Amino acid sequence: MSIRNSFTIDGERVDFEPGQSILQAALAAGVFIPHLCFHPEFSAHGSCKLCTVVVNGRNGSACTIAAMPGQEVRSDTPELNQRRRMLLQMLFVEGNHFCPGCEKSGNCKLQAMAYELEMFNDHFQHFFPDRGPVDASHPEVMLDRNRCIQCELCVRASRDIDGKEVFSLAGRGPASHLVVNAASGLLGDTPFAATDKAAEVCPVGAIMVKRVGFTAPIGRRKYDGASIRDQIEHPAPAQEG
Amino acid sequence: MQGLDDTLGQILTAHRKDPRRLVQILRAAQSEAGWISPEIAAFLADELCMPISRIHAVVQFYAFLYDRPVGRYRVLFSDNIIDRMLGSVALRQHMQRRMKVGRGAVSADGLVSIDTTSCTGMGDQGPALMINNRQIVRLTTRRIDEICDLMRDGAPLEDWPSHYFTISDRIRRAESLLGTSYVPGKALAQAIELGPQGVLDDLRRSNLRGRGGAGFTTAMKWELCAEAEAETRYIICNADEGEPGTFKDRVLLNSFAERIFEGMAIGGYAIGARHGVIYLRGEYDYLRAPLEMKLAAMRQRGLLGTNVLGVPGFDFDIEIQMGAGAYICGEETALIESLEGKPGRPRIRPPFPVTRGYNDMPSVVNNVETLCKVVEVMRIGGRAYALLGTKQSTGSKLISVSGDVARPGVYEYPFGVRIQTVLDDCGATDVAAVQISGAGGMTLAPHEFGRRIAFEDVPTSGAFMVFNRSRDMFEVARNFMHFFAHESCGFCTPCRVGCALSASIMDKIAAGLGAQYELNELTRLGAVMRTSSHCGLGQTAGNAVADTLQKFRPDYERRLMAGDFAPAFDLDAALERARQVTSREDAQAHLEGVA
Repeated sequence: MSIRNSFTIDGERVDFEPGQSILQAALAAGVFIPHLCFHPEFSAHGSCKLCTVVVNGRNGSACTIAAMPGQEVRSDTPELNQRRRMLLQMLFVEGNHFCPGCEKSGNCKLQAMAYELEMFNDHFQHFFPDRGPVDASHPEVMLDRNRCIQCELCVRASRDIDGKEVFSLAGRGPASHLVVNAASGLLGDTPFAATDKAAEVCPVGAIMVKRVGFTAPIGRRKYDGASIRDQIEHPAPAQEG
Repeated sequence: MQGLDDTLGQILTAHRKDPRRLVQILRAAQSEAGWISPEIAAFLADELCMPISRIHAVVQFYAFLYDRPVGRYRVLFSDNIIDRMLGSVALRQHMQRRMKVGRGAVSADGLVSIDTTSCTGMGDQGPALMINNRQIVRLTTRRIDEICDLMRDGAPLEDWPSHYFTISDRIRRAESLLGTSYVPGKALAQAIELGPQGVLDDLRRSNLRGRGGAGFTTAMKWELCAEAEAETRYIICNADEGEPGTFKDRVLLNSFAERIFEGMAIGGYAIGARHGVIYLRGEYDYLRAPLEMKLAAMRQRGLLGTNVLGVPGFDFDIEIQMGAGAYICGEETALIESLEGKPGRPRIRPPFPVTRGYNDMPSVVNNVETLCKVVEVMRIGGRAYALLGTKQSTGSKLISVSGDVARPGVYEYPFGVRIQTVLDDCGATDVAAVQISGAGGMTLAPHEFGRRIAFEDVPTSGAFMVFNRSRDMFEVARNFMHFFAHESCGFCTPCRVGCALSASIMDKIAAGLGAQYELNELTRLGAVMRTSSHCGLGQTAGNAVADTLQKFRPDYERRLMAGDFAPAFDLDAALERARQVTSREDAQAHLEGVA
């Protein structure tokens, strides 16, 4: 790798392939930058803002800024992590994220990120949103909009991978919420399936496949043993043929 | 339903069944049916071959699209702080009492619904309201009473006294833009004489900068767009004048429209664009028909259409697309999303619109005023133009003056004018503060009135709201914070949640439950919103709170309670539901009773 295609994160050199974002290059190099709405298999969204870093003195989302030679990126600093904690607290109070009563606990990226960033409380006043009742109309999957963090991963997965466009984000501001592609508004009336990519990408407990919630006991779930920092997800290798 | 299907079919045909025209289609459908019913949504989804969820996403994003029935008369009171200072709240409550309907509700007989809306651009002649997309200004109790009678009688709006709907220009001071005569086509002829590159060169010499607020050099924007490889390019006029307290574009659209069109045509000539689009805010719907007429007249004169001014191959025409009540659509990439029939959420930049904009083609988005200035540059030449104003901020600027002044209206000054000069000219006395450039701009205190309006000192998109010493700057900031909470598109965490949290903290302070703790919280939230938000809305949403906290702290402190902290959560009130269920009202069922 030529010296030209490298930049630094907190002083550490990171090589990149042209076309990669700062976040992609960092994760590929094993340098963790907290993120929620980014997923290696999808185009960047840039909405959760957890990956906000300082690039050559300017704030920006690591997932949407192209990696450039010689960039000086600051990420793991007390100030930026404090900001990230606050963004996490915002996401926690905006929805109904009560870990002890949620079957996603242990597999939840929001929770894992909160542990990783040492967020010890919700701090702000809870919104207790009412984005409608739990939609259990689908035989295999349930949808709890009040646990949604509006990352639009399901929107992207259903549209770009499953080819179904089951989900959209509707409304504005704090009233934003998921809607599904059915005149009835019910997930059960869409072509959604538990095997869809959109069913597995939800980082929180908004889209939950039924009857498997406790197949792995609490204590032996994805983030119970190791921090999310040490379990960086990489894009699936390209299929041969 | 058959009749409605036919009507919808006609609307769809008129819009070529193009899903990218969804916002326009929904507006048209709603003006026929009153609201977007589930049947209409399903019909449109079917005809446009799109998921119904996409229809819902759009309808629920725009304030002027409704997915539930509204009154046959939809009354929306402009809720900017200036309207409030002119008594809009009392007038609204008066109307609500007379029509027996709560805020945000529909009367039992379906006749009327009453609500508030963000600044409607009538700050110089408020208080103002909108009724079924028409604007009524200079409201008084008497006029509200008359309106109530007309609504009760079911009188169609066309039969209402026409003077209700008369909007004045109120030009108070004119310079090179408002004060010069205009000969249609002269600037465009000059442009053709210069040739496309010559236009860009002259524009660069003028150092004209965008009037929307950010101040990007217009020549550079046009050059970047001209250089981008593409078959098609667009000139888009941003007429989504939503910044609270701004109304100068309204005046330009009303009385100087030909210059806007000609500025767009010059742009089309310079960058090789054949299509122009004006994105007109929904609040200015009443301007649409006159604008269409003026466009037709321009076409007749050969200033628009094919072979414009007889130049073979120079084809350029303009169409108007309407907004539907979303402040964020003034942000250029959100505007483009809206033009493409989507919710107005700002895009990730880069790519910038000059390389990939409307329909993924290179697009120039210019403010209404900027396009008028292009005509001026062509008329007097770039060098002469650059002599006006200051070195970094050439030419003149339109200022929308409202609030505690004797003569509200539009004032045109060369850049570099001092705040105090504007205050003197508009008859403002005993001034405590001036809010520059809208809700996200700067709040200036008297010791700053010597500063100058210019990109290098006090930049502005044009709003100039004046507050005298009787005003409460805390309430001003609280109004702005609620504005942002209402208008945040919801895309990014810091703005979506931060604005809502900040607004509720301001409410808590207003309720007398705030302490020093809350002031610190506002500062902390403001910092995260400023540094982490996706676009300018979130980045500037905390400005007014930060500025007033610093400069008008007593307005906050006199509301604070003595203690360190009080919860906003009212435990006793939260027990009300339990009391109702158990039919208890005794002392033991109340917290103080337990103590």
